[in-house]
Amino acid sequence: MARIFVRPRTIVVPGEVIAEGEEEDIVLLSPLLERHGNKIYASIIGLVDIREDENKTKVSIIPLVGAYIPRPGDLVIGLVEDVGLTHWVIDIMSPYKAILPLQEVIDRPVNSAIVNIKKYLDVGDYILAKITAFDRLRDPIITIKQEGLGRLVEGTIIEVQPTRIPRIIGKSKSMINMIRAETKCKIIAAQNGRIFVNCPNKELEEIVFLAIRKIEAEAHTTGLTDRIKEFIREEKRRRGVEGDG
Amino acid sequence: MSITPSPGTIIPKIKKYTIESLLKEGIRADGRKLNEIRRIKIIPNYIERAEGSSLVELGSTMVLVGVKTDIVPPFPDTPEEGVLVVHAEFVPLASSTFEPGPPDENALELARVIDRSLREVKVIPLDKLVLEPKKHVWRIFVDIYVLNHDGNLYDASMLATMAALMNTKLPKAVKDEDTDIFIIERNERTTPLDINYKVVTVTIAKINQTIIVDPNYEEEQLASARLVVAVDDQERIVGMQKIGMGYFTYDEVEKSIKLALEKSKVYLNELENSVRRESTKE
Amino acid sequence: MLREMDKQKSSAEIKLIEWIEENGERIPIRHDGRRYDELRPISMKVGVLENADGSAFVEYGRTRVIAAVYGPKEAHPRHIALPDRAVIRCRYHMAPFSTTERKSPAPTRREIELSKVIREALESIIIVELYPRTLIDIYMEVLQSDGGTRTAAVTAASLALADAGIAMRDLVAGVAVGKVEGVLVLDVDEEEDMYGEADMPVAMAPSLHRIVLLQLNGVLSHEEFREALNLAKKGIEAIYKMQKEVLLSKYTEISKEEVE
Repeated sequence: MARIFVRPRTIVVPGEVIAEGEEEDIVLLSPLLERHGNKIYASIIGLVDIREDENKTKVSIIPLVGAYIPRPGDLVIGLVEDVGLTHWVIDIMSPYKAILPLQEVIDRPVNSAIVNIKKYLDVGDYILAKITAFDRLRDPIITIKQEGLGRLVEGTIIEVQPTRIPRIIGKSKSMINMIRAETKCKIIAAQNGRIFVNCPNKELEEIVFLAIRKIEAEAHTTGLTDRIKEFIREEKRRRGVEGDG
Repeated sequence: MSITPSPGTIIPKIKKYTIESLLKEGIRADGRKLNEIRRIKIIPNYIERAEGSSLVELGSTMVLVGVKTDIVPPFPDTPEEGVLVVHAEFVPLASSTFEPGPPDENALELARVIDRSLREVKVIPLDKLVLEPKKHVWRIFVDIYVLNHDGNLYDASMLATMAALMNTKLPKAVKDEDTDIFIIERNERTTPLDINYKVVTVTIAKINQTIIVDPNYEEEQLASARLVVAVDDQERIVGMQKIGMGYFTYDEVEKSIKLALEKSKVYLNELENSVRRESTKE
Repeated sequence: MLREMDKQKSSAEIKLIEWIEENGERIPIRHDGRRYDELRPISMKVGVLENADGSAFVEYGRTRVIAAVYGPKEAHPRHIALPDRAVIRCRYHMAPFSTTERKSPAPTRREIELSKVIREALESIIIVELYPRTLIDIYMEVLQSDGGTRTAAVTAASLALADAGIAMRDLVAGVAVGKVEGVLVLDVDEEEDMYGEADMPVAMAPSLHRIVLLQLNGVLSHEEFREALNLAKKGIEAIYKMQKEVLLSKYTEISKEEVE
């Protein structure tokens, strides 16, 4: 049986002992937790989550700080930085630049010697993409071929600390769905810390911006979803805006 | 700026496993025991032109130290003390991993550790190097020249430095009263340098959990960290430097220091023998 | 021609330890009034520089150090990148006005050695394998120097790394122990360092019981060394506690209003 040393949802710092127990008893769900001997240590400032499941203690940690490190399957909002002959170089707010190959954009064959692929995507364009591959040896590869992905035209992009995205989405999407309902805005939160917002008017866009900043600042507190809902309603009232007519 | 070094010569995994499993059984790849030092050869007075010198071979590691002197004004805050300067060169011919150019951080660190080990316990009494207080003092240059790198440059360099200083003779210096300058007659050697204490360093390396003494090049590549312990002939610890990106536990530090104090006697004996041999030659 | 020089204390004038009677025992009191095992007043702040990914400001008495971390980021130039881990680049530097006499801004041999020693201390606890082919820059500037600068610097750098969200096995805390007029003392200041018999900077990853930085400048017997290391450990544990508090306080100040 494992001994737990911290209360769930407490903030821990690197080097803090989370739990103690044999390898068979404890499952680590994050690379930001390490085992040394019999003890489990946190490697980052974060919120610890501990769950008992099938006789095993499952430990995970949600980082409160840190850069975005790509994972295959992640939804990202990228900014085109450079155009090559058969690929684009995309900034995804990470120490790693992403590569978008031509074949992940266009289905039909394109003769890149004749066609300048700039016409499909140019420097400065924002795209909604998915990470298809990332390992230690190469830069992450992304695609925009799937349903819903592609160039983002109207709307605005808000940048937040990538570690806040889970909170902005919320458990079972509770937070982001609430904001969508309260403001009638189209909102897409990508794993890499960029959020796409498209609202019926400027006022609502501002309210969403303020709400997101508020979530960023209070991410690790409880009862946040309700507070943000109240905040949005109050802002709408103050500005005389209708968002849920 | 200090930057993560690229790995030196890459040790193939098979070799790494062999070395590590041998270590667990208490043997090293070259047949030595964990606490065994390689063959030591100290040749004093290797460079006649220098006021003092010594070549040291520690296994295949080869270090040459030359001592040169000149006369300078003392530092303003130590008007009655001579000057000691220690410099180290990792000469490119000594290893494929040494690049030409000014001393890198490793050479610099070695020079400074050796300098501190000499200075702290006053191996050379600097106050005996005064020719004219506040105006003229002897300056002693110790130049450490690494000629072949097969690990443990510290112990070899310290031995060579000590042996060189032990046979250093200050040249004759006569003051010209008219110009107020000291004229040095380098061909005439006079007084040997005063030596208060003899200091050696013992380098301990840690590979996984095994503690070994006098690592060779491969063992240094595999070691996660080293501890260089400077010991004098009074069994005092006169310097220490942890080197490398690994760590030591308390027990490992304690074990290393015990081993260093024990093994210092081996180095000190060799120094004594080399000096005795040298003096019987005269 | 040297025209002026700072007044040098003669060894007769320097009195670093005074012995007093207390409860029938002779107790050494240091020149600044501290007991042998007393740290100077220490203060720490994180997130002090906006541009850096992580930053910290640390004071050990009058020694003041600021540390900043940039990274993990793309390695430039490309050839310095390592395929399976992050490259750590570390710079320990003293500001020209930090010392009694102005120090030239050019890197000195001492700064080069300390940059290396500190980098090696931090390398042993940063989980570099999580950030292959990236670069992590760690800058430490000594703004005011009064002894123990490298230990304050490594302590600040560790806070800055945590503030930047870079994965580490443990925090690193450091302190310098000295021997002054035969007495082993904790957290030496500049005078004690200059006129004492030994100066031993130590840094540890305290939760993992790892010694990651260890140097000795001076003379100690084996027994004195053991005692000095124990003294350092006590100081480090107290400093570590402060580090944890300052990191947690940045994240919990808002939650104080929450009622759970």
